[in-house]
Amino acid sequence: MSVKKFAVATYLDEEVLFPAVKKVRHSGYKMHNVYTPFPVHGLDQEMGLKETDLHVAGFVYGLTGTATALSFMSWVFLSDWPINFGGKPYFALPAFIPITFELTVLFAAVGMVLTFCYLNQIMPGVKKHIFHPRQTDDTFVLTIEMNDHVSEQEVLDFLKTTGASETYIDVAEEGWWYGRWDKEDDYKKGFVSAHS
Amino acid sequence: MTDRFEIPAKLKTTSLVLILMGVITLIIGAITLMNSHATDHEIMHAERTRFWIVLLHNSVFFLLVGVASIFIQAAASLAQGAWLVAYKRVPEAIGANVWIFGLIAGIVLLCVAFVFNIDGHNPIYHWVHPHGDKILEGKSPFLNPAMFVGFTVVTIALWAFFGKKFRSLSLAQEQAAKNSTKIYWTTIKWSAGFLLVYALTQMSTTPWMWIMSIDAHWYSTMFSWYTFAGAFVAGMSAILLWVVYLKNQGNLEIVNKEHIHDLGKLMFAFSIFWAYVWFDQYMLIWYANIPEETWYFKIRQHGPYGFIWYSTFVINFIMPILILMSRPSKRNYFTVTFMAMFIIFGQWLNFYIMTMPGPLGEHWHLSWYEFGIFAGFIGLFIYTVANTLSKSSLIPNNHPLLKEALLHQS
Repeated sequence: MSVKKFAVATYLDEEVLFPAVKKVRHSGYKMHNVYTPFPVHGLDQEMGLKETDLHVAGFVYGLTGTATALSFMSWVFLSDWPINFGGKPYFALPAFIPITFELTVLFAAVGMVLTFCYLNQIMPGVKKHIFHPRQTDDTFVLTIEMNDHVSEQEVLDFLKTTGASETYIDVAEEGWWYGRWDKEDDYKKGFVSAHS
Repeated sequence: MTDRFEIPAKLKTTSLVLILMGVITLIIGAITLMNSHATDHEIMHAERTRFWIVLLHNSVFFLLVGVASIFIQAAASLAQGAWLVAYKRVPEAIGANVWIFGLIAGIVLLCVAFVFNIDGHNPIYHWVHPHGDKILEGKSPFLNPAMFVGFTVVTIALWAFFGKKFRSLSLAQEQAAKNSTKIYWTTIKWSAGFLLVYALTQMSTTPWMWIMSIDAHWYSTMFSWYTFAGAFVAGMSAILLWVVYLKNQGNLEIVNKEHIHDLGKLMFAFSIFWAYVWFDQYMLIWYANIPEETWYFKIRQHGPYGFIWYSTFVINFIMPILILMSRPSKRNYFTVTFMAMFIIFGQWLNFYIMTMPGPLGEHWHLSWYEFGIFAGFIGLFIYTVANTLSKSSLIPNNHPLLKEALLHQS
C-alpha cells in the first residue's frame, strides 16, 4: 500500500480516448490505468496490456477437479465401501463421468473466479480509489502515474493537448484497503505531511 | 472490391482425378460386389450389401455436411452475426451444391429401399419387408415405404431449395441499390423458415428414417442430435478448409485470424457437443442395460468394430479438445487445418460406425471400396464448390454488415 500522485484526464467520447491512449503510450509517461463506464473493444490492445494467463489457471483447476472426482469415487467404490449396483463393475467408469464432468466444471469455475478476484484485487469489502465520480457513469478516465522527473504542469498541459475535457492532479492510494471509504483520507494525510 | 477466384488447374485436375477414382471404384464395385456370386451364401449377401451400404454411408454423410453450411448461414443471418459475412461465399457455395448431393443421396436411398433385395429380404432396411416381425409391424405407421419416399423427397427438395435460395438472395444483394437493406431482411425471414425446416428434418426425423432405421429394432431419442452434431462439426471443418485454401491462393484477403479463430471455436465447441451427445446416448443404454438396446453397442464396442469405435472417440473428442483448446492454436492456420482434416475423417468414421455394423455384422471392410467412394465424393465436393465459388466475387459487396465483418474481433 502506498499513496502516490496521479495526473487525471477525463474524456467524454471513446473516439477521443483512443488517440489519447495512443499518444500517452508513445509519450513515455507511465500510464497507470484507464477507467471506462463500459467494456471498450480493442482498448486493451491499445493500452498494450498483455494477454491474461487466467485460462491456463482454469485448465489446471479443471484437471484438479477431474482428478479429485475420479480418485475419490474410485477410492469409495473400490476400497472403502464397495457396493454392487445392478451387476455393474465396481469401477463403473461411464457412471462416474457425469460427476467427474460436474466437478471439473465446478473446480474450474470457482477457481477462476477466485483467481480473477486475486489478479484484479477485488473482493467484497475491498475498496479502491475512485479517480472521478463519473467514471462508472459516462466519462472515460485516463490516469498517469507521476514521479520526481516530471512536473505537474508539463503533464497536465500534455493531457490537455490530447483532447481531455478535464485535467487535474490527484493524490490517491494506489492499491486497495479494507473497510470504509473515508479511511483513504488517513493515508493521504501521511502523504501530504511527508511531502510538504 | 472485387475478388475473383479462378480455379487453379491443379485443383481442377485433383478433383477430377478423385471423381474418376470414385467412378472407377463404383464400376468395379458394381461388377464384383453388387453382382457377387460368391459360393458362400453369407459372403455373397455381405458383398452385395456392402456395395449399397457404402454408397448410403457416403452420400448421406456428404449431404448432411453440406446442409450444415445452409444451417450456419441461416443461424448467422437470423442472429445478425457479422462474423460469417467475410467468408460468406464459402458456406453459400457449399449450400448451393446441396442439390447435387441430395440428388445422389436420394437415388441411393430409394434404390437401397426398393431396388436392393435378396430373396425377398432387404438386408439394410429390414422394415421394407417385415415378414411378420412384431416390432417392425408395430413401427410400420412411421417406417413404411410411403413415408420413406415422402420424407426423403420432401426433405431433400427443401434443403436443395433453401441452399439455392440463400445463394440467389446473396447475389441479388450484390446487385441491389447501395445501402438497401431490403434483401437483408428478406434473408432473415427465409432463415427463420429454414431453421424450422432444419429442426423438423435433420435434427429430428430424417436421421431416424435414413440411418437409425438400418437397425430398425433399436431406437434412441438422442440419435438425431448425435447425427447433427457430427455433421455440423464436419461442415464447419469443410468451410474452414475452403477458407484457408482460398487464402493460400491469395484470395479472401479480408479474412484474418479473427475469423479463423471463430471457425476454430465452432469446431472446438461442437466437437465437445458431439462427445456429450455420444456419451449420453451410450451411458443411458449402458446404465439401463436392457438387452433390446445394448446389442447395438455390443457389436460396436466389443465386436469387430471396437477399434474404429474407439478411434472415432479419440479423433472427434480427445484430439480437438486437447489441440484446439488454447487460443493460439485456434488462430494458427496449421493447427486448424490439421484438425479440420482429422475431424472430417473422424466424422466420416463416425457415420461408418452408424451404418455398417447393422447390415454387415462381422463381414466388415474398410478398404478399396470404402475409400474409393469416399475419394469420389471428396472430388465431387471440391469440384462443384470450386465451380460455384469462381462464379461470383468472393467479397459480398453491398452487404450491410460487411464493414463490421472486416473489423471483427473474436
